[in-house]
Amino acid sequence: MSETVLSIRNLSISFQTASGMVNAIRGVDLELRKGETVAIVGESGSGKSVTVKAIMRILSSNGQINAGSILFHYEEKGKRVTQDLLKLSQKEMRSQINGRRIAMVFQDPMTSLNPTMTIGNQIMESMIIHLKKSRAEAHERALELLHLVGICDPEKRMKCYPHQLSGGMRQRVVIAIMLACDPEVLICDEPTTALDVTIQAKILELIKTIQAKTGISVIYITHDLGVVAKVADYVTVMYAGKMIERGTVEEIFYDPRHPYTWGLLSSMPDMGSPNEKLYTIPGSPPNLLHPITGDAFAPRNVHALNIDFKLEPPMFKVTDTHYAATWLLHENAPKIEMSETLKARMDHVAKEAESEWGEKQSYELLI
Amino acid sequence: MGRETILRVADLKQHFKVSKHYTVKAVNGVSFDIHEGETYGLVGESGSGKSTIGRTIIRLYEPTAGVITFRGADISGTLREKEQTLLRTKMQMIFQDPMASLNPRKKVIDIIAQGLDIHKLYRTKQERQEKVERILEKVGLSREHANRYPHQFSGGQRQRIGIARALIMEPGLIIADEAISALDVSIQAQVVNLLKSIQEETNTAFLFISHDLSMVKYISDRIGVLHLGYLVETGTTEVIFERPVHPYTKSLLSAIPHANPLKEKTRVTLSYDYADSGIDYARGTEQALSATHSVLATEEDFSLWTGK
Repeated sequence: MSETVLSIRNLSISFQTASGMVNAIRGVDLELRKGETVAIVGESGSGKSVTVKAIMRILSSNGQINAGSILFHYEEKGKRVTQDLLKLSQKEMRSQINGRRIAMVFQDPMTSLNPTMTIGNQIMESMIIHLKKSRAEAHERALELLHLVGICDPEKRMKCYPHQLSGGMRQRVVIAIMLACDPEVLICDEPTTALDVTIQAKILELIKTIQAKTGISVIYITHDLGVVAKVADYVTVMYAGKMIERGTVEEIFYDPRHPYTWGLLSSMPDMGSPNEKLYTIPGSPPNLLHPITGDAFAPRNVHALNIDFKLEPPMFKVTDTHYAATWLLHENAPKIEMSETLKARMDHVAKEAESEWGEKQSYELLI
Repeated sequence: MGRETILRVADLKQHFKVSKHYTVKAVNGVSFDIHEGETYGLVGESGSGKSTIGRTIIRLYEPTAGVITFRGADISGTLREKEQTLLRTKMQMIFQDPMASLNPRKKVIDIIAQGLDIHKLYRTKQERQEKVERILEKVGLSREHANRYPHQFSGGQRQRIGIARALIMEPGLIIADEAISALDVSIQAQVVNLLKSIQEETNTAFLFISHDLSMVKYISDRIGVLHLGYLVETGTTEVIFERPVHPYTKSLLSAIPHANPLKEKTRVTLSYDYADSGIDYARGTEQALSATHSVLATEEDFSLWTGK
């Protein structure tokens, strides 16, 4: 196993709002290793974006970090340095970490580029400031980057303004900007939600090839489980500000343990099965204004046990890499299995994966 | 499907004049039918003209050319009062962004009853209220919600209000323009289930416009694939997903991510570039593969793609 780049321990964040304190994050642990991709999935309001914004220290001004640590391990002048990002000042963050070592791609490529600067200048800007490169050097590197992200005719494109490019092209430019300083960590906050499926597929493949070339670690936020299946090595499922299950992508997709993960997987339309009613998780997520006792998911959980309403479940270990916070995994819990339909689907999916090789061949014939 | 046709779109063109020398040809001769009680899915990338078609059908735009027939009445020319009333009551639309499409200053009851108010479809205030409450319950909200404002609802609930507003007119056709794209996965499932059960109950036809192919597959009976303003392929859902013919349809289908990591890691998406493909949509004609499946192609392309 390769070395750890980023580890979040017991992070807790709350926001002061007009109606009171909202406990947006109630204890998150996350481990990111070199060259790996961790995907964070969950509904809106589950705290995915807040978690990564805390890493970048760009929380809105009413947010406060109550507890926890975000340890960032990196190499500086040949030495391994470990730094708690929460201990750095805003200024130090801006000059040493943001854009330099940790870069972030936002959801909307429309609003994350500066409309008054050419894209060439935007790519060069961070290299000139962070790496103290000369304009000529930065220009050279910017051309390489544009080539890397698959933009043809980079010389010409350098002089373009963002509005002259399509959405997919703009997102490529954003990725080029983020890669300019060779960061250790790339955070992608729903980078393809605003894009079409065809462009989405291209951007996802692009991020994967870049990762293979540069060995960068990626944190990926999305609510699209199809995307997770494509890009992730590890998956973390969040619900109401807590991590409720984490494991390798295979473990989460083929052997999920938490009832919420079951619900999430079943509510996706299945490309393989015939039309029937889509599964929906009953109820709605809890309001984090109010303190939560027990398992936050219990009121929506048809399999909820008595203890779910009283005591918060710890993370139970399933395998070395797979953990889930549900009392169902306790040795005294009744044996509850996922629903028949989901099970049938898992079997179907597993079979599909097995017959993958055969299908690939027939697919090639089709083309 | 031997049911009656509710909407017929024939050779619809929609061009927007941007300046003296430049016209955007958003829709170029699109034809399709929608039957009573069926769901027709319109898919394509952004800029392919799918929303434009929806908006032209409901006459938010003036069609440049072509004929739109709704329940036997021509609604593409100048609208006389009879046609105007038919169009504005029996065809309704659900919009993408449930926050932007509801007036924040109005109570839910007034938002939903606005159509009734305009067309004077009730006798007493009591009747108006009852109608709204009945529709609220149908879309899974409660009676008490009638006196609240849109900001007091979550995204999924707001979209239900949008659906209630469309349903109260008892329409024959609802145009859902990316109606679920702005919602979360689990909420999407709830809204889609709601649309399906409403359709079973009221036999309303849907024109479902979306770029999310997995949802389109789930909800539609037939699908039309749009690219650059041309309907490149149309057919039943099974045919489009299992035996696509047009290279654009194939590339679109190959781009859908599947929730199956082992498969997904190795899968390659097909790329399709109109400029390099040598296909000229303007020269293609509609080639029928079966009674329900047709593709836009020239004779040579058609024989090449089908291997005949």
